[in-house]
Amino acid sequence: MNLYIELLASTIRMSVPLILACIAGLWSERAGIVDIGLEGKMLIAAFVAASASAVFGSAWIGLFCAILASLAFALVHGYAAINQRGNQVVSGVAINMLAAGLAVVLGNEWFKEGGRTPALTPEGRFLPFEFPMLYDIPVIGALARIFLNHSILAYFAFAIVPLSAWALSRTRFGLRLRAVGENPQAVDTAGISVAALRYRAVIIAGVLCGVAGAFISTSLSSSFVRDMTAGSGFMALAALIFANWRAYPALGACLLFGFLQAIGNFAQGASIGGFEIPVQFINMLPYVLTVVLLAGFIGKSVPPRASGIPYVKDR
Amino acid sequence: MLRRTFMAAAAALALTAGAALADDSKPAIVFDIGGKFDKSFNESMYNGAEKYKKETGVAYGEFEIANEAQREQAIRNFADQGYSPIIAAGFAQAAAVEKVAKEYPDLKFAIVDMVVDQPNVQSIVFKENEGSYLAGLLAGMASKTGKVGFVGGMDIPLIRKFGCGYAQGVKAAKPDATIFQNMTGDTGAAWNDPVKGGEITKGQMAQGADVIYAAAGATGLGVLQAAADGGALSIGVDANQNYLHPGKVLTSMMKRVDVAVYNVMKAGNAGFKPGIMALGLAEDGVGVAMDDNNKPLITPEMMAAVDKAKADIIAGTIKVHDYTEDNTCPVQ
Repeated sequence: MNLYIELLASTIRMSVPLILACIAGLWSERAGIVDIGLEGKMLIAAFVAASASAVFGSAWIGLFCAILASLAFALVHGYAAINQRGNQVVSGVAINMLAAGLAVVLGNEWFKEGGRTPALTPEGRFLPFEFPMLYDIPVIGALARIFLNHSILAYFAFAIVPLSAWALSRTRFGLRLRAVGENPQAVDTAGISVAALRYRAVIIAGVLCGVAGAFISTSLSSSFVRDMTAGSGFMALAALIFANWRAYPALGACLLFGFLQAIGNFAQGASIGGFEIPVQFINMLPYVLTVVLLAGFIGKSVPPRASGIPYVKDR
Repeated sequence: MLRRTFMAAAAALALTAGAALADDSKPAIVFDIGGKFDKSFNESMYNGAEKYKKETGVAYGEFEIANEAQREQAIRNFADQGYSPIIAAGFAQAAAVEKVAKEYPDLKFAIVDMVVDQPNVQSIVFKENEGSYLAGLLAGMASKTGKVGFVGGMDIPLIRKFGCGYAQGVKAAKPDATIFQNMTGDTGAAWNDPVKGGEITKGQMAQGADVIYAAAGATGLGVLQAAADGGALSIGVDANQNYLHPGKVLTSMMKRVDVAVYNVMKAGNAGFKPGIMALGLAEDGVGVAMDDNNKPLITPEMMAAVDKAKADIIAGTIKVHDYTEDNTCPVQ
């Protein structure tokens, strides 16, 4: 019983960075900017959060600096993609490589621990909320351990989903932003700046990736270690495609992927009918699922029409 | 005339310098990914090399690998410059050492944690099974639930060797104990995933494990953290990691890589011994860390049991099975 409760709690923990990165990608791609650099932005944010938090002894300062760092990377991507009309995939890949290298080099220079940052004190981390008085009550205790035993950033991630869904479908800003991703000429004709809207989307993506990175290094663990995002940025992209660029399905996809990761961590050596399931099989499921389901089970996944295409005002 | 004398003198000088090089050793060390300040394996090698430098005043060549492709280049580079002995850190460098050692039969090479069968290579391996047995013994005695965990890094026989020795130690202390053994992954990324290490640890704790042994490089930091957060005890690896969470790390299974590196450098070319050198409890190559940080956790009975087991292993009355010999483990 304990194991199942912990498995579900782990599902929520594992899906938080995916949700944040996926919604970041949603904003960016809905405005027509392809974002391969989610991974890199999360990684640099994880590094900066752990470093700033170790130096200043405050998780909140760490979070703030992480958002700034991620934002800086996002703006570089925005400048390349919007002003310079560069290839957005190339710029995103560059961001991933830059973040991976920069974090280790700076970390080694500052802390002399082989690219790692010092272990954080409890004040330097976003610790999960604890409700010990609830845990002994039958059903409520189990639910409390599954749903309430998380840090504040996790709740931020879950709150951001309905907020984004609402903003993208009900507000003037959201509708314009989506229009920029579908048909930027029309938006431009209406006298609205395509570049300004796209920059706003890139900034939102940067902030969300910053929170995701801070969650990984200061909540899920207690220091930065090289390459610690371990591909969750790419998994978030898979979830985004899987969810057909919509917010609530994205939440579902991220929870599913988080669940599969949790199973991979918890169910090693588990067997069904005397046959041991190799853990590698469980670990590859998110990717296989994305491919298989897109191959015909959920219908066609259609990206925003103008995504990846730089907007050229006049030729 | 003057010029000729000068040239002759210079030539003579060059000759003596060359002779000095051939005679004396000029050690070099190639660190593996992780770097020399990794608070673990590489740093331990670095400390050994620094000790040699401090005592003898002889500088050594060093290189920190940043990516896989650099291993062979770095070793060949040192060989080109006539460095000898060249010490390579870690099992992942075996292929590179073997290749370069064949090309430079006159130079001496050493590799830590792996066996390279060449006439000019010394392979230094550790009997991690013996050290892990002692760690397991302590875990078995410290566990209140009778369930303990093991989190390995990359799934390779070397790490299974840690797990197998540990399991044998646990069973020696508590014959009916349950041991959860999990590996983090199958690629090099498994050494650098503290988040996953932490989640695996939480899974083991949910199943009742209250002592968890991490043999997983930087992933182990996540294991130690999760155990400390969740009120369980943990066991560190390679270096003494007791200080990371004082009072919550039961002990650390130490590999004295520093001693090995120091010995190779000190022996130099003259005292170089090719072949396999296996360092176990008898050679003080492995051991469990005892210091002020874990003093409150170690009872006198545990201390006595460790001392007795250590004496028995050295005497040969306890035989700790080595997983890498036949790729099986007698206990689960």
